[in-house]
Amino acid sequence: MRIVAVCGLGVGTSAILKANAERALARLGLSADVEASDLASVAAAAADAQVVLTSTELADQVRAALGRTWAEIIEVENYFDVDDIGRKLEASLG
Amino acid sequence: MTLPPLPDAAVTLHAEAGDWRAAVREAGRALARSGATREGYADRMIEVLEEFGAYIVIAPGLALAHARPGPDVLRSGLAVVTLAEPVAFGHPHNDPVRVVVGLAVSNAEEHVASVAGLANVFNERTAIDRLAAAASIDDVRAVFDGAGAPSSPGGEEGAGS
Repeated sequence: MRIVAVCGLGVGTSAILKANAERALARLGLSADVEASDLASVAAAAADAQVVLTSTELADQVRAALGRTWAEIIEVENYFDVDDIGRKLEASLG
Repeated sequence: MTLPPLPDAAVTLHAEAGDWRAAVREAGRALARSGATREGYADRMIEVLEEFGAYIVIAPGLALAHARPGPDVLRSGLAVVTLAEPVAFGHPHNDPVRVVVGLAVSNAEEHVASVAGLANVFNERTAIDRLAAAASIDDVRAVFDGAGAPSSPGGEEGAGS
C-alpha cells in the first residue's frame, strides 16, 4: 500500500504530514509506504498510490495536478492531530 | 530526526506584525540573524504563500514558513517568532496565526528527515500555546527540548527513520 503526502514544495509540511501519517498507521496496526512529494511531481508520485494526503488549502491544486486518479484524496486541517489523520486513513483504507 | 539548532538570535518574542508578510519577514530576519540564511530567503518564503496559498498554516495558530533549498541557505536553520497580536494568513480553519516557525534547509533529503522532528515537538498538544505564551527564550527552548527527551508524552515509537 502506498500513500503520498503532498505539499507545495515537497519539503517541510509534507515531511510532517508523512511522519504523522506513519504514526497514525502504526497506532492502527497498518503498514504502508508513505512518501513526501511536491505538487509539481505528485502525478508521477501518486501513480500507484491508494491515498494522497494533503492540506485542505492545497486540495484543489492537487486534484488539478492529478487529473483522473484511482487514489483517494484526504484533506487534513491540523497536521498534528494524529487521531484525526488516523480516522481519515482508517475510513479510506479499512 | 535531529532538528536544526535554535540559537538565541533565531528567536523573536512578541513581534509586531501588521500582516502575514510582515510576520513571515520576521521569521526571515531571525533566520538571517542566526546565520542560517541570507536576507533574500524571506522573500522566497513569501513567494511560497503567494504561489500556493496559506497551506503552511498547518495547525490552529501555527505557520511553518519555509522555502526550497537554495544558494541563500547557508546552513539548515530554525527560527521561532511569536506575534504580539495574532495575524490572519488567509487559512480557512487555522487562522489567526500566533506562532511562526521559520525553517531553512540546505538539501531536500536532509529536510524530510529533520523536519519530522518538528512533528515530535508539535504533537504535544500544548506546544503552540506554550510558545505563544513564552516570556523568555528559555521558555521557547523548553518546548523544543522537551520533545527530544526519550520519555516525552506521545513520543511512542517515533515515525520513520
